[in-house]
Amino acid sequence: MQKFIQHTGIAVPLDRANVDTDLIIPKQFLKSIKRSGFGVNLFDSLRYLDEGYIGQDCSKRKLNTEFVLNQPRYQGASILLARQNFGCGSSREHAPWALLDYGFRAVIAPSFADIFYNNSFKNGFLPIVLDSAEVDALFEFVHNNEGAQLNIDLQEQTVAAERAGLSYRFDIDDFRKSCLLNGLDEIGLSLQSADAIRRFEEKQRAASPWLYR
Amino acid sequence: MAKTLYDKLWDSHVVEQREDGTALIYIDRHLIHEVTSPQAFEGLRLAGRKPWRLDANLSMPDHNVSTDTAERAQGMDGIVDPTSRLQVKTLDDNVRAFNIPGYAMDDPRQGIVHVVGPEQGATLPGMTVVCGDSHTSTHGAFAALAHGIGTSEVEHALATQCLVQKKMKNMLVRVEGELGPGVTAKDLVLAVIGEIGTAGGTGCAIEFAGSSITSLSMEGRMTVCNMAIEAGARSGLIAVDEKTIEYFKGRPMAPGEEHWQQAVTAWRELVSDDGAHFDRVVEIDGSAIKPQVSWGNSPEMVLPVDALVPDPALEQDETRREAIERALEYMGLTAGQAITDIQLDRVFIGSCTNSRIEDIRAAANVVRGNKVAPTVKQAMVVAGSGLVKAQAEQEGLDQVFTAAGFEWREPGCSMCLAMNADKLGEGEHCASTSNRNFEGRQGFGGRTHLVSPEMAAAAAIHGHFVNVQDVIQER
Ligand code: SF4
Repeated sequence: MQKFIQHTGIAVPLDRANVDTDLIIPKQFLKSIKRSGFGVNLFDSLRYLDEGYIGQDCSKRKLNTEFVLNQPRYQGASILLARQNFGCGSSREHAPWALLDYGFRAVIAPSFADIFYNNSFKNGFLPIVLDSAEVDALFEFVHNNEGAQLNIDLQEQTVAAERAGLSYRFDIDDFRKSCLLNGLDEIGLSLQSADAIRRFEEKQRAASPWLYR
Repeated sequence: MAKTLYDKLWDSHVVEQREDGTALIYIDRHLIHEVTSPQAFEGLRLAGRKPWRLDANLSMPDHNVSTDTAERAQGMDGIVDPTSRLQVKTLDDNVRAFNIPGYAMDDPRQGIVHVVGPEQGATLPGMTVVCGDSHTSTHGAFAALAHGIGTSEVEHALATQCLVQKKMKNMLVRVEGELGPGVTAKDLVLAVIGEIGTAGGTGCAIEFAGSSITSLSMEGRMTVCNMAIEAGARSGLIAVDEKTIEYFKGRPMAPGEEHWQQAVTAWRELVSDDGAHFDRVVEIDGSAIKPQVSWGNSPEMVLPVDALVPDPALEQDETRREAIERALEYMGLTAGQAITDIQLDRVFIGSCTNSRIEDIRAAANVVRGNKVAPTVKQAMVVAGSGLVKAQAEQEGLDQVFTAAGFEWREPGCSMCLAMNADKLGEGEHCASTSNRNFEGRQGFGGRTHLVSPEMAAAAAIHGHFVNVQDVIQER
């Protein structure tokens, strides 16, 4: 897994609540059996004017110039600024894969859907929860300052907009934080508990034998 | 100390509690389908790992399979789209290579994972159940702790039979009162989502309780828990009662005679203790619920069938006003228009929410002796599993539908998310018994209205929404 320690980049504001995973990466792209290559189809139905299909050359498609990601000032953005309940809907991990593949490293929102939030951490992609007023202030800052960057420091758990003198602290649980900081593989960590897993199984098998066949 | 059902399920599966509040949780059942597993098997291969415990897994393709009978008869070759075919084939190859038990596409037991799991007794009370699919919440209807996971967790569950989890909060949704005629589990859960919102259960396991819930059949309870995720909760739960126990008698993977009594004794404990603490409680009057229809692009955008489409001008909150405006535009609806004036192009009866035998019987009862309206281009019924389909055919229900002009199809996810060929055209309105009305969910530019099977059947016949309660009364 890719480490996440510090990141500085342009933030793009996606001013819409309840952005669901079908919107992040529509289902026709879920047919891929790979983990990569989803970036060109991120927000496909919002970014392009036609219906996309898998394996297509997207450089020839008509862009929806009104969609924020297509605006010149946000090219190269690597931080997504979003509204409440971001990532609701399906459990597809293709959502964080697509965000990462596009070039995003983090998303900031007042709240996230649980499964999306969870999936993000497994991929070195950082979802940050700030309170609504703080998110509002960042939206305003990004809107008013073309090309301005945000700075995320995971060690310190802060998001800062230096030019405006804004700095906000965010919460994250210690286990996730250390996995991200060190780029640790969670499966390897869990397998260190192999003996405990076996002991659990022995006890369970004795108490509930019908669960094993 | 008094415990909730969720507390009990959690406590009995902790392998290791860690200081930071996370725990290693044991997984009793892992359901696998073709969409979210290929990258997980690939990950296992790359790391040189093997599945921890084969018999805890059960796999089947469902999202990409063709529901067309002629195509289905041709097996893998019948899947026209090469990317869909590759995904189904990849699952076949992976389960063979790793020796994972399951049902291939041509197995009579194949179907949507969330329909087949309980049907086979692969889901049992007291289990932890996971699947790379958010509607895994369905299995909570049996007092199993069930939730959707992403592909990294699919790989984690395969490799370790565990997941690293943090305990969720306890939320209770109590629905009391007798449901009116024609009011179903689907209407109940849509009304709950309309009330608490799509983020209402975020961070929580929702236990559904109260007389409206206990009066539901197991099928109905599955419909309710299925949509817990649409209320933001990864898990829905319903306590064990006699109906739960009765359901598992004779199921192939349920405990046999040698363990039955022992299992039943353990299952009876799977209820929240008196006085157990819930972090949040919501009370809803079940007797006041009317048949529901969703009008927008979020499951919380739902109203009783006799209501009018909302007017954004009356909404004070700016974000919400914009959301209403955007939804009306996408859905091609006008503020203040009657829901019953919405004309339908297609009707879909199916999905893991409403494709069990009871749903099909209920829809057939409304359809019997009628014809699909000429303005409806297509009306289809897609059973949730091969066994549901066979049962319905034995009862002659397929004849009821085909005589009325419905298509009677092979089991799979079908138009619930349109990964196979079953899709809406741009701008088409669909009365659908599925669970998500997101933009483009059933096809690019498609317009989904979530309803119960009875409501979908009545809409097919009339060509627009009608209150199924009136239809029932006429009889
Ligand atoms: S029927 Fe629909 S919601 Fe259910 S598993 Fe299939 S695609 Fe998902």
